[in-house]
Amino acid sequence: MKLSLGPILYFWDRDTVLDFYARAADAPVDIVYLGETVCSKRRALRAEDWLGIAERLEAAGKEVVLSTLTLIEAESELGAMRRLCENGRFTVEANDVGAVNLLAGGAGFVAGPHLNVYNAGTLDMLAQAGARRWVLPVELGREELAALQAARPAGMETEVFAFGRLPLAFAARCFTARAHNVSKDDCGFCCADYADGMLLSTQEGKPFLILNGIQTQSAETCNLVAELPEMQRLGVDVARISPQATGTFEIAEIFRAVLDDALDSNTGRARLAAYAPHQSCNGYWYGRPGMDWINP
Amino acid sequence: MELVCPAGSLPALKAAVDHGADAVYIGFRDGTNARNFPGLNFDRDEARSGIEYARRAGRKVFLALNTYPAPAQWDRWCAAVDQAAGLGVDALILADPGLMHYCAQTHPRQRLHLSVQGSATNAEAIAFYARQFGVQRVVLPRVLSLQQVRAIIQRVGVEVEVFGFGSLCVMVEGRCQLSSYVTGASPNMSGVCSPAYAVRWEETPAQRRSRLNGVLIDAYRPGEPAGYPTLCKGRFEVGGHTYYAIEEPTSLNVLDILPQLQQAGVAAIKVEGRQRSPAYVAHVTRTLRAALDASARDPAGYAPRPEWIAALDKVAEGACHTLGAYHRPWQ
Repeated sequence: MKLSLGPILYFWDRDTVLDFYARAADAPVDIVYLGETVCSKRRALRAEDWLGIAERLEAAGKEVVLSTLTLIEAESELGAMRRLCENGRFTVEANDVGAVNLLAGGAGFVAGPHLNVYNAGTLDMLAQAGARRWVLPVELGREELAALQAARPAGMETEVFAFGRLPLAFAARCFTARAHNVSKDDCGFCCADYADGMLLSTQEGKPFLILNGIQTQSAETCNLVAELPEMQRLGVDVARISPQATGTFEIAEIFRAVLDDALDSNTGRARLAAYAPHQSCNGYWYGRPGMDWINP
Repeated sequence: MELVCPAGSLPALKAAVDHGADAVYIGFRDGTNARNFPGLNFDRDEARSGIEYARRAGRKVFLALNTYPAPAQWDRWCAAVDQAAGLGVDALILADPGLMHYCAQTHPRQRLHLSVQGSATNAEAIAFYARQFGVQRVVLPRVLSLQQVRAIIQRVGVEVEVFGFGSLCVMVEGRCQLSSYVTGASPNMSGVCSPAYAVRWEETPAQRRSRLNGVLIDAYRPGEPAGYPTLCKGRFEVGGHTYYAIEEPTSLNVLDILPQLQQAGVAAIKVEGRQRSPAYVAHVTRTLRAALDASARDPAGYAPRPEWIAALDKVAEGACHTLGAYHRPWQ
C-alpha cells in the first residue's frame, strides 16, 4: 500500500511551503499532491514555483499530482484550472466536475475527495472519462467502500483520507475574514496567521471545527492508522496524510512503520495522538457520526 | 421567469398552484430527496393526484430525487427514477451522476434538471452534465454573485434556475458534510441536515440550550427567541468572541434584484421550503407572483413594494432577509 501527502490546505508562506516539500522529498511517502485547493486568492506561490517543486519531487522518485481548486466560480478561477489541466506533464486531481469536463478523454486523472462518488454508477462514469484513481469521500465508511471496491472498474486505484483534520464543507463566504470582521474581498490574507486554521469551539469550550478560509474542517483529527490492515484487505491502494503545521513527517514515518509491520497499529495509534491537538476521530469509517471515536 | 415553488404535501401543492406557481417541485416519501423529514412528501398516489391537479391548471410538476445513493440504496433509487418517469413528471431533479446516467439510458426522453445538490458552480461543470446526460436545466448553488450568475448564463446552453427565497445554505450545496460529522446523517446521503431526532433542548433558569447529538449549538437568555439548531447557524466561540461564526439565521430574498435576474436570462426562480406548511407556500407564492409580474411588466420602473417585503420577512427564518452571495460584500 502506498502513502500520499495530500495538498496543503492552509495558507503557508512561500518559504514554509518550499521547506515543507524539500523535506517531503526524503519522506516515506510515494505520492505528493500539490497546489491550492481552497482559495484562489492565496498566491504565495506562482504556477512556476509549483512546477519547480513538482520537478524536484519527481526527481526524488515521488509520483506528483497537481490538485485543482475545489470551488470554482469566477472566470479567473476557470482560467487557472484550465491551465492546470493542460499542463501536459503531471497528472491532475480533479476536485470539481468542471475539471473532469476538461480532463475527460485525456491521459488520465485522479478523481479527488471533493467529487461526490457515492456509488459504482458514478465511479464507472468517471472511469470512462479517464479517472485512474479515486479518493473516497470523507463521509463514506468501510461498508460503502467494500461495495465500491467489489464493483471497481479495471485499472482504477482507490485512495482513502487516513490522517488529518477532515475537510467538511466549502462556502462562498470566508469564515476567517468574517472572524476578523472584514469581507472576503478585503481579507488582508488573515488566514496566513493560522498555520493550522482557526479554532471554533462551542460555548462550553469544546473544540468543534476549524475555520480555514472558505473551508470548514473538523477540529478533531481523523486517524485511521489502526484501520490500515482492514484497508489492505479491502484492496485500498493509497492512504492519504493531510499536511499540518507540525509533525507531518513524523506522522508519515509512523504510517510507514505500521505498513511495513515494523510497528503494531495500536502503538502507532497511541503515538499519533501527539499530533492530534483536539482529539482524534474515526467515526465515518465505522458508519457513525464522523466526530465519534470507535476503539477498533 | 418561471416561479418554481415547493410542496411537501398535496395541500401545499394545491396552494402553490392556486397562488400562481408556474411549477411545483415535490419528492417521494423516503430518503431519495433532500427534504427527508417525518410526515412529509408524496407517495405514488398522492404524486399522481398532484400532477393531475397541476396539469388541469396548466402548471408543471418537477420531482426531486437529489440525494446520492450509496451502493446498498442503488436499486431503490433507480426504482424511484422509474416510478417518477412512469408518473410523467415534467422534470426529474437529480444530483448523482450515476443516477443521471441510469436515467439517461433507461428513460432517454425524460427531461433532467441538475439539482442544486449537484454543486455545479461554473460553466465547465454545467457543460459536463449537459453533454454526458442531456441535462436541460441547472439549479445554481447559493454561493454565486449576480455577476457570476450572469457570466454563467452567457456561456452555457442550458436553462439556469436560481434560488429566490427561503432558508439559506451558506455552504455550497452538495459539498457540506457538517451534519454527518455531528449526527451521521447528511444532506447528500440521507436528505437531512441537523435532523430533528438528534436535537435536544435543555432548560435551566439562566438559559435555554440547543444540542445536536450532544454538541452545544446555541444558548439563549430567558425571553430571547430560539431558532432551530441547524448546526451552521449556531453561536460559537472563535478567537475569544462568541457570535454566529458561520451564518446567522436569515432568509435569502431576491425581491430587490428581480429585474437584474430577469435581464441576466435566468429561466426560473426557486422557492426553498418543502418542509414548510401549505400556508407558508401560499403566502410566499402569492407574494413572489405579484413581484415577478410587476418586474416583467416594467423592469425599469420596478421597485419591491413594502408590503411584499413585510409579507416575506414575516415568514422568513430569523424574521430577516439577505441577498446572500448575490451581493458580493456578504461573502
